Amino acid sequence: MAGFYLFAAAVLLLPWLGIDPYFITVVGVAAGLHIILAVGLNLLMGYAGQISLGHAAFFAIGAYASAILTTRYAWPGLLALAAGLVLAGSIAWLLARPILRLHGHYLAMATLGFGVIAHVIMVQASGWTGGPDGLGGIPPLNLFGWVVDSDTRWYAVMAAATLLALWLSLNIIDSRIGRALRAVRGSEFAAQIMGIDTARAKTQVFVVSALFAAFAGSLFAHQQSFVSPDSFNLAISVELVTMVVIGGMASTFGAAFGAIALTLLREGLVVFEDYEMLIHGALLMVVMIILPQGLFVGIGQGLRRVLALVLSRQP
Amino acid sequence: MNSAADACAPLLTVSGLEQSFGGVMALAGIDFQVPAGLIYAVIGPNGAGKTTLFNALCGFCQPAAGSIRLDGRELLGQPPYRIAAAGVARTFQNLQLFFNMSVRENVMVGAHLRAHTGLLAAALRLPRVRAEEDRLRAWADDALTLCDLSAWAERPAAVLPYGLMKRVEIARALAAQPRLLLLDEPAAGLNDTETLDLRELITRIRASGVTILLVEHHMPLVMSIADRLLVLDYGCVLAEGSPAVIQADPRVIAAYLGGAESCLDVE
Ligand SMILES: Nc1ncnc2c1ncn2[C@@H]1O[C@H](COP(=O)(O)OP(=O)(O)OP(=O)(O)O)[C@@H](O)[C@H]1O
Ligand SMILES: [Mg+2]
Repeated sequence: MAGFYLFAAAVLLLPWLGIDPYFITVVGVAAGLHIILAVGLNLLMGYAGQISLGHAAFFAIGAYASAILTTRYAWPGLLALAAGLVLAGSIAWLLARPILRLHGHYLAMATLGFGVIAHVIMVQASGWTGGPDGLGGIPPLNLFGWVVDSDTRWYAVMAAATLLALWLSLNIIDSRIGRALRAVRGSEFAAQIMGIDTARAKTQVFVVSALFAAFAGSLFAHQQSFVSPDSFNLAISVELVTMVVIGGMASTFGAAFGAIALTLLREGLVVFEDYEMLIHGALLMVVMIILPQGLFVGIGQGLRRVLALVLSRQP
Repeated sequence: MNSAADACAPLLTVSGLEQSFGGVMALAGIDFQVPAGLIYAVIGPNGAGKTTLFNALCGFCQPAAGSIRLDGRELLGQPPYRIAAAGVARTFQNLQLFFNMSVRENVMVGAHLRAHTGLLAAALRLPRVRAEEDRLRAWADDALTLCDLSAWAERPAAVLPYGLMKRVEIARALAAQPRLLLLDEPAAGLNDTETLDLRELITRIRASGVTILLVEHHMPLVMSIADRLLVLDYGCVLAEGSPAVIQADPRVIAAYLGGAESCLDVE
């Protein structure tokens, strides 16, 4: 938990360091959003070892649930957020059993297909979603009378949401449930023999990671006050996988690191926007070849090795 | 020892068990009973069906016919996690450790069914979850101590020497507090000292009241600790009985290397 408190301290201190406010309220908020997404996906991918190439779909479900319910039906934001969670969780639960029976490439293809279908629906069901033009005019989030309508307030909300996601993830992993998930990745055979209902464990983690994504989606919709299918296409799903892989699979802070790294990268590369997917692909390849355990985890291991070497050299 | 054990009701009763893979009859109608509290060895040449028998017992494959009763309760057709809950644990011929976890965490997974924390309670880290974590850790440490692995508890399972990995599998199975423990070739790949340690460990486990089903090719080990033996050949029961009876059985001797008597000798 030391890492968590360190992270919390950094999040609290950041606004007081005199950094360009743009970096805090825009980049910082985007990074927080990505951290929630990546940490959720990491539970599924990094710990349970199940890939999802369609995770943007759950992000979209949360976002569109909030967008549609608040604009067309004037639902309060928190209620719409809850509805998005229920919807994403239910869809994940229904999909989990058939999909997570698959392994490797087959699972990758199936989740990819799910992401593509979700995207097609966003574009085609324009009566609901506004089609390719998207849906605007989403009201600011109202938290029991406290309206989140400024950049500073969004920073505070996103900071709290990010810390919540990290806390939940760390708790899950360091528990009986988390060990069961890691056992599924280590040896699904042995996990079953040790009494773990692996189908149930995989279903649970799929639902949890869908909930993380939908939660991020709702916040995203309110924060942008506009949603369109472009924010939830295949490239976004791939970007999320890249965050988890770059940070280092099976490490909550690794996923957070990957999320921050890609957010900054995206910021630095706005001029090359058209090549974003290309750059992400290249990055993914290079990291996989040079540091397959991920940058965060790999650099951590390297530092520890150097430290051990230095300490052993001392008389 | 034997006479006292024979009086016990059988813990495990297997009858008419059949399992085929394509054209291969891996188990062609197996019948045997394992009395409670014994070390019951299953031997036979390579490909005889020993591992398949274990896979059937723990629910990993679905035999076409037969029955597997633990204390009178039918296990056949149940998923592996239910069979585990009924009190069956095992180790594997090909290591199936969780290489992504520490030794202690591996063994804590073994105790999975003795705890009850659900997803929501875990995510919120309720006080009772912390208490249960402490208990799980203590149970794991008990099993590690029994297997002389305490010094390795914090290490990643992946960095252990092979012999210790096999021990971790035993500790993990013991953490489940099974009634029936299936050991699939625990001595394979061990050196002489390690094999002696293993023999001592298996005896200790029996003394703690766990019934053991032991598949093993190391005859000196088998003949010195087994209370009874089952000999399989081509998926059939070739013989069943005490070590002395099995060692004298001409069919058994014939099945092993076409009659090379030496391989059944104790020394
Ligand atoms: N999953 C499977 N698919 C196809 N055939 C199998 C499968 N599992 C086992 N067999 C076959 O069943 C027979 C019995 O194999 P099994 O592994 O049970 O033998 P064993 O007695 O454990 O041998 P060993 O001493 O070499 O471990 C063999 O002919 C094997 O090839
Ligand atoms: Mg075998």
